[in-house]
Amino acid sequence: MISTQKTESVSIVLDGEEVAVPAGMNLVDAAALFQKEIPHYCYHPQLSVAGNCRMCLIEMGTPMRDRGTGEAILNEDGSPKIGWVPKPVIGCATTVSPGMHVKTISEKVTDCREGIMEFLLVNHPLDCPICDQAGECRLQEFATDYGRGYSRYTERKNVKPKRTRLGPRVTLDDERCILCSRCIRFTQEVAKDDVLGFVDRGSYSTLTCFPGKELENNYSLNTVDLCPVGALTSTDFRFKMRVWFLKESPSICTESSAGCNILVSSREGEIYRITPRRNDDVNDSWMTDSGRSLFKKVRAEDRLAVPSIKQEKSSLDQSIQAAAESLKDKRVAIVGSCHATLEELYLLNRLSKATKSKKYLRGHFGKDDGILLSADRTPNLRGALASGFANAYPRDNLSKLNSDLKKGVVDAVLVVNEDLLSSGVEAEYLLGKSIVYLGTHANDTTNLAEVIIPTLTSFEKKGTFINRSFFAQGFEQSIPGLPGLLPDVHILSKLLDELDDENKVTSDFSLIWKNLSSPPNSPFKGMSFSDSLRGSLKVDGAKWKDLPFVESNALHYKK
Amino acid sequence: MISKKIPKERRVILKNADAPSYSNKISCYIKEGGYNVLKKSLKKKPEEIGEEVLKSGVRGRGGAGFPTGMKWKFLDRKSGKPIYLICNADESEPGTFKDRQIIHKDPHQLIEGMMISAYAIQAKQAFIYIRAEFFEGAKILNRAITEAKAKGFCGENILGSGYSCDLVVHRGAGAYICGEETGLIESLEGKRPNPRIKPPYFPAVLGLYQCPTIVNNVETLCNVKHIMEMGGETFSKIGKPNNTGTRIWCVSGQVKNPGYFEFECGALTLGEMIYDVCGGLLPGRTLQAVIPGGSSAKILRADERFKGTHKDGTDFDWGIEDIPLDFDGPMAAGTMSGSGGIVVMDNTVDMVEAMANINAFYAHESCGQCTPCREGSLWMKKISSRMCSGDAREEDADLLLSVANQIEGRTICAFGEAAAWPTQSFVKKFRKDFLKKAKTQKRKKDSLQLI
Repeated sequence: MISTQKTESVSIVLDGEEVAVPAGMNLVDAAALFQKEIPHYCYHPQLSVAGNCRMCLIEMGTPMRDRGTGEAILNEDGSPKIGWVPKPVIGCATTVSPGMHVKTISEKVTDCREGIMEFLLVNHPLDCPICDQAGECRLQEFATDYGRGYSRYTERKNVKPKRTRLGPRVTLDDERCILCSRCIRFTQEVAKDDVLGFVDRGSYSTLTCFPGKELENNYSLNTVDLCPVGALTSTDFRFKMRVWFLKESPSICTESSAGCNILVSSREGEIYRITPRRNDDVNDSWMTDSGRSLFKKVRAEDRLAVPSIKQEKSSLDQSIQAAAESLKDKRVAIVGSCHATLEELYLLNRLSKATKSKKYLRGHFGKDDGILLSADRTPNLRGALASGFANAYPRDNLSKLNSDLKKGVVDAVLVVNEDLLSSGVEAEYLLGKSIVYLGTHANDTTNLAEVIIPTLTSFEKKGTFINRSFFAQGFEQSIPGLPGLLPDVHILSKLLDELDDENKVTSDFSLIWKNLSSPPNSPFKGMSFSDSLRGSLKVDGAKWKDLPFVESNALHYKK
Repeated sequence: MISKKIPKERRVILKNADAPSYSNKISCYIKEGGYNVLKKSLKKKPEEIGEEVLKSGVRGRGGAGFPTGMKWKFLDRKSGKPIYLICNADESEPGTFKDRQIIHKDPHQLIEGMMISAYAIQAKQAFIYIRAEFFEGAKILNRAITEAKAKGFCGENILGSGYSCDLVVHRGAGAYICGEETGLIESLEGKRPNPRIKPPYFPAVLGLYQCPTIVNNVETLCNVKHIMEMGGETFSKIGKPNNTGTRIWCVSGQVKNPGYFEFECGALTLGEMIYDVCGGLLPGRTLQAVIPGGSSAKILRADERFKGTHKDGTDFDWGIEDIPLDFDGPMAAGTMSGSGGIVVMDNTVDMVEAMANINAFYAHESCGQCTPCREGSLWMKKISSRMCSGDAREEDADLLLSVANQIEGRTICAFGEAAAWPTQSFVKKFRKDFLKKAKTQKRKKDSLQLI
């Protein structure tokens, strides 16, 4: 038996050039390896092959063999004779085989592409000026790249529903739909919520939900990303912004420990939408709907924007001063956060060492959906472990802090982004204690805090999160922070300067990473922040393998 | 006029169907020797039956004419998955009405043929997929299956042989595309009948429920019974080499006596069929065109000459009436015998309207899965019906041809060809009619704008 290991490669002749490609690959992907585009609509590398758009038609041939003897038939010059398939074949459903000849460009292929483009456009409303997809539309792109450039159509176009509500977050324009069935395959294969289908037939086929059902699963907006045209649109983003004005910056989703790779689209410092970024080790090309709305927190009403001391507005420097004052020479409790970045947690750990404080950490848990919303609803619990801030697996409350407060062994509390009162800490024990709060949003704890230092959301700063599979994923700042505020690492290093006379740590990321990776048994051996920005870095999690992680088996995650 | 001897039918499949005393009850079938061949066949090894069918050279009667024995050979028997046999009784090709005769008049012949075939391929379960419009046929088949089961010809432990195979009638819901074998399989699975992409979904390997499956036409499966009755060798001597057995031809259109006729392959020509068997054209009419194999076959023009060389090296030069009625004859004339539906058109037929009619059918029946067929068939329909309603343009002929060329060979299933061939052949062969249409109509200038 021939083994079909992925590492094996086969040799094919691509547009006259002999190249080696991985065995088992289809021709669309194989050509892409050599910067040759085979245009396609229905094919998606992470969905099953439907082969219905016919845009990827190409010419293919295989070496001819004698039927009786099985020997290769040769041309007069001794080269193998190629039996070209008389009809064009679809690249997406054709797997490479040794000696296969492929023409991605030829007169016949061009004719096929022009024909398909014309067919796709005859019943298309051509309403690009009011279409949200304009600017990132495959129809626009391929029409200019492969279309004929003029129309021959004089008949009436089909009329279909223009604004159907498919679900709470997705609006459908049926006239623009090219019936590629990507959305249907996605809901069947990835979201496992088979609610979409076609009704009617021929050119009158219409995408719709099954009667009495809605496209309301937590992955419904992925169908909008998948849609190669402007048929499926996000109800939230619809008519809000032209996509060519948007600046796209890569980032990491903070919704759960799945750590979806995302693209943050913003204009002039304001975020308009969040879309998934492909990462085949983490989230393929998907993310949750709930994760996409997290950016709304950036401009939320309860966002902390101004530093304050005893509920009086102050400057940032003053409140950092005041915070240092209230923590100095006291028995301090530091409450960290699994929402904080690896670098922040490292500095927080340094701070706890300098002030000889006790450390507390709370986890936030929910139901695991088995796909990309994990039971651990924080992005960086493993970062808290790997940074050295936490040693034990956190619980869903801060009862330990409560009992320590009760015992009277704590005088001051430094809280990072956590609400003490909803974490099982009783308000009466906090009376008379100095509370310093570092966080992005107001809560009951901020009302009790002596000093409030507003910090930045993950969109406004850089950092690293470690996801459920122990991948360290770095991210850069996407939008500028609120005026007058500083990234958390700056605030923490200033606090360190104030509280530790011998402090040598700064907010410099390369220094923090140097310190993180230098201990002999560090899980970050040989890694740097710029490495984690380039792609998911596998961190050795063996040290924590016995901890009771709450995640269950899911996409790219095995317990 | 010299009186010519009318070619004589050779009825094998329809031998009893039209006999006055014959009914579709099992008692009648058994009296005529029915199910004896099944008894005989069950004593043979399954492979022997396959060998006989291969020897007989019988070709599929559904339209494509693929050798049945070969089809059975492609069956993946090593997978360990159950094997299914499906009878394609979704006879939907316009101009075809042969399977209906068998189902209505001699259903037990089909059941016997199916059980022999099922045994030959060792099928676990057999289905008859019948089109929705044959409600009477479905009723008859269901009754016949009940009768056959009661007598032990079908179902558990057939005739004590130890081989069991259940037979079920499944009714379609009224779609032409369900006659395409992979579309049929999807429909049988309870889904939209969107044909599957080949590769990888060849029915013989990945068919019904992703198991190896054989799909055969009604007439083909009946032939299996006769092959086993007379032996593959004898069967192969009926008709001509590579065109063995008899075929049931369905003649419709403007002839005096339309109907269905069973002849040995190649026993007569198209001219003999029209003028002798069917009594010729209506008084005062002349022949204009013939569609030889159901509406998707390319049309033949009455005054065309068909020239070429046979495989054996002999040349031929035929008029339309010289084309032999078998598989290879119409193929040599650039068309196909398809499902055997011969549509005769005389000089009163407006060829543009005839094509508009066919285009409307294919636009209505396109499943809508793949782009060229979905958009192309409707576009062709829109152009041709516009031409027939007073808005024809001279350039429409070329446009129609170009649209058809953009469909052919680029679709998932053969529907693309079925939709494109009529338009291609009509426009090529009756171009003058299309241009005349444009000239004789008083069209408002610039009433049509490019969009």
